[in-house]
Amino acid sequence: MRPGPRPRRPRWFPALLGTALGLVLVFLTVPVVGVFVNVSPAELLASLGEEGALDALRLSLETTAVALAIIIAIGTPAAYLLATRSFRGRALVVTLVELPLVLPPAVAGIALLAAVGPEGLLGDVVAGTGVRLVFETAGVVVALTFVASPFYIRQAQAGFAAVDPTLLQASRTLGAGEAATFVRIAIPSARAGLLSGAALGWGRALGEFGATLVFAGSFQGVTQTAPLAILERFGTDFTAALALSAVLVVVSATLLLSVKLLSGSAAFGGGTGAGA
Amino acid sequence: MLALEAQTRLGGLELDLALEVAPGRCLALAGPSGAGKTTTLRIAAGLIRPDSGVVRCGEQVWLDTDRRIDVPPERRRCGYLFQDYALFPHLRAWQNVAYGLRGELPRGERRRRAHELLERFGLDRLADARPATLSGGERQRVALARALARRPAALLLDEPLSALDARTRAQAARELAAVMRAAEVPTLLVTHDFAEAAQLADSVGIIDGGRVVQRDVPAALAAAPRTAFVADFTGASVLTGMARAGDGGLTLVTLDGGGDVASTDAATGAVAVSIHPWEIALEPAGAERHGSTRNQLDVEVVSVTPIGGRVRVGLAAPQPLTAEVSEPAVRALRLAVGGRAVATFKATAAQLIPR
Repeated sequence: MRPGPRPRRPRWFPALLGTALGLVLVFLTVPVVGVFVNVSPAELLASLGEEGALDALRLSLETTAVALAIIIAIGTPAAYLLATRSFRGRALVVTLVELPLVLPPAVAGIALLAAVGPEGLLGDVVAGTGVRLVFETAGVVVALTFVASPFYIRQAQAGFAAVDPTLLQASRTLGAGEAATFVRIAIPSARAGLLSGAALGWGRALGEFGATLVFAGSFQGVTQTAPLAILERFGTDFTAALALSAVLVVVSATLLLSVKLLSGSAAFGGGTGAGA
Repeated sequence: MLALEAQTRLGGLELDLALEVAPGRCLALAGPSGAGKTTTLRIAAGLIRPDSGVVRCGEQVWLDTDRRIDVPPERRRCGYLFQDYALFPHLRAWQNVAYGLRGELPRGERRRRAHELLERFGLDRLADARPATLSGGERQRVALARALARRPAALLLDEPLSALDARTRAQAARELAAVMRAAEVPTLLVTHDFAEAAQLADSVGIIDGGRVVQRDVPAALAAAPRTAFVADFTGASVLTGMARAGDGGLTLVTLDGGGDVASTDAATGAVAVSIHPWEIALEPAGAERHGSTRNQLDVEVVSVTPIGGRVRVGLAAPQPLTAEVSEPAVRALRLAVGGRAVATFKATAAQLIPR
């Protein structure tokens, strides 16, 4: 028996999908490639030798590291609460936590000034503790924490919500209290979500720009982070701006890659509740 | 003695039951899905708090809502075996077993005791394996070792064998029975399988709609099922129909979908007729009526499944009916799927359960 003619399948839809992905890829990668094509390695090293550039990079790494530490220390238990308990007004709390995600960065800076600036809502409280925020490095950390924490908390919450609740219950029946269960079962099980949240939050903090500028200013060595240094050089020395940009691309890409690798090893071969 | 008494509403379920298990004894809980079996285990373990109730284990009061006592799960010493075992995926087998020993033994001791337990279940070579790499039977034994590690005051087993294949299951059931004998603590066992209940439990409580509808030793449940669920659970076929008084003190049931059955049980109105597979004999279609086998149903053969030395024959009467006959009988009758036969059984074998 001869096979009949094969039914014609519409081919245009797969072609459409492929074209869309191609456009996305070109649009997103060409600018990044451009950064490296336009700056020679010699120029890159030369502009890094400049004092201000190194200051900005160091400050960026320091402030983002401190901000991330604060976000993880406070955001992890908060996200666990949101993921595992239901309470009145939970939806409202979740929305409030996510609000900074959609806030324009300049608005975030203004809002921070209005809240913890010298004339702000809590200005006296802040002044009373002896901590100075505006135009100070501590202010940069506050701005970064404000804009980056929702990224972490959202991911962490999703990670915790994906943990099989019977794992937590099993832990309880085996003699571990709520706190021990959180540390020994929930956190390791949600590791993939926590790591990707930390990467997103760190990436957001590293690129933070508007809120920092408005709230803390742009003083070399004190509040001028790498993105602010790029902005300053943009008007005067485009090559230097490109060089600093290239460094930031490398740092961010390394970050993304290492998180992918780490969370890859966090999945335990399809066991229950790996939270991947 | 584990004693539990609870009333609670949970979603659509209204739970209201009381039960007791003596040390060294096992009470099986069986019933339809959503009847409240697992909920009962969770109440005993402290994972669910009922609206009102009392849970006592030996001298200890774990829950007494009137006296505002509610001991948290971590201080109840329940050995809980979860249905899907709930092994911690990020921990190795021995770490899973040692997990419950924190605060009980120093670090080195914990590891030694975990290995001891794994060895007892023949798993010492897998001590360093992660749960994802273990087979179903191995996971079940790791979970059991983990539940026993803390020397629990009560064992709560949620369908401990249902995730295992038939071959592993027999072996696992023997092991489990030995474990329960050795532990000498009260055991609550949730099961869907009557054979499992009969093998492991001293008595079976049938839960339906949040209540214990019948509690008895397994043999008595099979002999006198009080509901269609119990009859079905014990392996009997259950046919539905309408009963009315017939000749000679017999009850006649007109089956839904056709056919008549006579029973020595008295009943009227809507009933379920329960018949055990071994009570049914098969004869060639069109055979002569004879003897005391009062009931004769024309049936179609829908399946023929050898199990051990016997053959389970699925029939359409037209309601589904199961007969268990010997292999020679199958050959003599030339039973084949799609063929016809006559199913015969005594009026005493047809038990009537009001619906």
